[in-house]
Amino acid sequence: MKYDTIIEDEIDILVCGAGLGGTGAAFEARYWGQDKKIVIAEKANIDRSGAVAQGLYAINCYMGTRFGENNPEDHVRYARIDLMGMVREDLLFDMARHVDSTVHQFEEWGLPLMRDPDSGNYQREGRWQIMIHGESYKPIVAEAAKKSADKVFNRICVTHLLMDDAKENRIAGAVGFNVRTGNYHVFKSKTVIVGAGGASNIFKPRSVGEGAGRVWYAPWSSGSAYGLLIGAGAKMTQMENRIVLARFKDGYGPVGAYFLHLKTYTQNGMGEEYESKWWPSLQEIVGKEYLDPELSHATHRPIPTCLRNHAFIQEVNAGRGPIHMVTMEAFQDPHLEEIGWHNFLGMTVGQAVLWAATDVDPKYENPELTTSEPYVMGSHATGCGAWCSGPSDLSPPEYYWGYNRMTTVEGLFGAGDAVGGTPHAFSSGSFTEGRLAAKAACQYIDDGKAEGISVSDEQIEQRKEDIYKPMETYRIYRNEITAGSVNPNYINPRQALDRLQKLMDEYAGGVTVSYMTNEKLLNIGLKKMKMLEEDLEKVAAEDIHELLRAWEIKHRQLTSEAVLQHTLFRKETRWPGYYYRGDHLKVDDENWHVLTVSRRDRETGEYTMEKAPCYHLVDVDKKEESAA
Amino acid sequence: MPTFVYMTRCDGCGHCVDICPSDIMHIDKTTRRAYNIEPNMCWECYSCVKACPHQAIDVRGYADFAPLGHSVRVKRDEEKGVIAWRIKFRNGEKDMDLLAPITTKPWGSGTPDLREEEAPTQDQRDSQHLYNEPKYIRFDEGTVATLESNGLEMKAGVHY
Repeated sequence: MKYDTIIEDEIDILVCGAGLGGTGAAFEARYWGQDKKIVIAEKANIDRSGAVAQGLYAINCYMGTRFGENNPEDHVRYARIDLMGMVREDLLFDMARHVDSTVHQFEEWGLPLMRDPDSGNYQREGRWQIMIHGESYKPIVAEAAKKSADKVFNRICVTHLLMDDAKENRIAGAVGFNVRTGNYHVFKSKTVIVGAGGASNIFKPRSVGEGAGRVWYAPWSSGSAYGLLIGAGAKMTQMENRIVLARFKDGYGPVGAYFLHLKTYTQNGMGEEYESKWWPSLQEIVGKEYLDPELSHATHRPIPTCLRNHAFIQEVNAGRGPIHMVTMEAFQDPHLEEIGWHNFLGMTVGQAVLWAATDVDPKYENPELTTSEPYVMGSHATGCGAWCSGPSDLSPPEYYWGYNRMTTVEGLFGAGDAVGGTPHAFSSGSFTEGRLAAKAACQYIDDGKAEGISVSDEQIEQRKEDIYKPMETYRIYRNEITAGSVNPNYINPRQALDRLQKLMDEYAGGVTVSYMTNEKLLNIGLKKMKMLEEDLEKVAAEDIHELLRAWEIKHRQLTSEAVLQHTLFRKETRWPGYYYRGDHLKVDDENWHVLTVSRRDRETGEYTMEKAPCYHLVDVDKKEESAA
Repeated sequence: MPTFVYMTRCDGCGHCVDICPSDIMHIDKTTRRAYNIEPNMCWECYSCVKACPHQAIDVRGYADFAPLGHSVRVKRDEEKGVIAWRIKFRNGEKDMDLLAPITTKPWGSGTPDLREEEAPTQDQRDSQHLYNEPKYIRFDEGTVATLESNGLEMKAGVHY
């Protein structure tokens, strides 16, 4: 092999993936591990990597306890209601009680947070969101992480985690390759914090051709958070809980500021309010406990994101589309009009480009909305990710095994999309989770849990062979054909991605089937997925860039298989509007008010599924009253 | 809107290659200038456009849904701490200039070096506090919230 092997040894804390979760981990690790060796391995360039590369116009998770606005438990209840009860409330409470200190530091670091001119408090967009000028959000937090880390390796695609050969189920580092030089990189580390991203591009997108790049979540979010963790045999949770977004059509521009701050609203193609007419039939599916429009109207109780999607989808399928966002009223105010445009420029420039290209001026025309293809991630209104321990003072026994945010693999931690059951963390919450994981990882090392780790040369050599196999496959079989991309011995990464997207779309509830699936479809999907897995052993890469795409599709495939397994396991329709189990079209609290937990065997690839109890935060007083 | 590069402005410096989160800005071996090798993996994040010292990179909306004839240009200035945008519609009727701050501090000066901080005590290590906590949570004398402090408990089962 022509590529060098570069070994970075004696690392204490290795951060794989430096988006908001990973930067938070690297930053905080330095405080608790003053003499520890902290190393970052990042697939792109830390200054513009992860989901926040483009910037953000809001921080969507801020309590404002300092201003008397919310307490942590208020946010937990909000996330619980929005996710139809299926959340890890210990992890959520923990994130919420620390997130404000993260945001206050961001302001000190130079991130421009807007202030309400009257109160002097941060400018609220909604109850949980504050408005920022966040074009440089990522480079600013990257600066803090770079100062804390001993070394930052940019352009390293981490493909696998290394396992300890001395002790079963203990982490020992990670391996990958340099996307520029092609060199093989080995990171031997006492702990690993996976801050990698969730998955775009696993369900067939609505767009075709070039527009496939304009996915809602970043195209470089390749499900590596899940690919790495599943590959290491970590237990996963809530992987069925994919998310569908109602967004501006084609550009997928965000709607949060429009709804909350600009007070725009939706209507159907006839100019009518449409949501409320779907509530009675929807109530029959989910029960009044999960959808109570009168209560929501009277209080600040939200109507779950998935249920609002449901009304949207049903209205369009009933032939009364398109759904419009009514902007023409708000945009008459020049100040609000400017905010509307800044909102896109700060985080989804493509939507501004699209409106400029199609002459859509929201001041004179109400733009169209759409529901997106599904995405698999864990920090927006969805909670896919690893089954992680909570903190010692909050977690019940089933949720606690010693170290905060540690997965079921010893020494392997998660942050951001990697951690399951923690929706609504967004950027600030993901950074906070990274901080929590870093403190726990330092404690794990200080407790002597990482002593005697050994990584055999065999493991390192085997991974090297695995990593470059797609290039080897290309080298061997390329000249069997004259030219072109059709070869009986291999498929290229794009062809594999197309197959994955079609499979997931048709069998796991994508847009072309109106988000519908059932047991039969899922079983067929799993059978085809197995064949795709086998064919990915024959994926071919012409160069190092294609090798990157080959490993991204492998991570996406592992993610997708977990989605199929979890969707098959949960025999109910918990989130109408995200997906439907046609054979179980109702919420079933009697059997399924539980979290789903899976494990893929490292050696055999076999899945085992289990139910874990769902704990909720309740007021101590209320319990005593009901007992009396 | 995938990116493209103007032949006469690009000098092949590679800033775009260095910054692109999707690894799709590469240098063409023949022209020795940058180009987008994979438009359908371009998120139109503008990272390369902002990084280009010659304003050689622009975007043309995705061919499958964006008609030709529009323009969204940007200039980001770390020294001045601002970003300037200009949006031009296809029909020429709308032409907007928008300006926003990108930082409140001289670039790179606001972030701390935690090596210079005093080491945490054992008490801090044993607590639930993170760096700068509890002070930074509320900027008062309060401490980090717990189940007890907020009158809560964790209970298994169906609760809404």
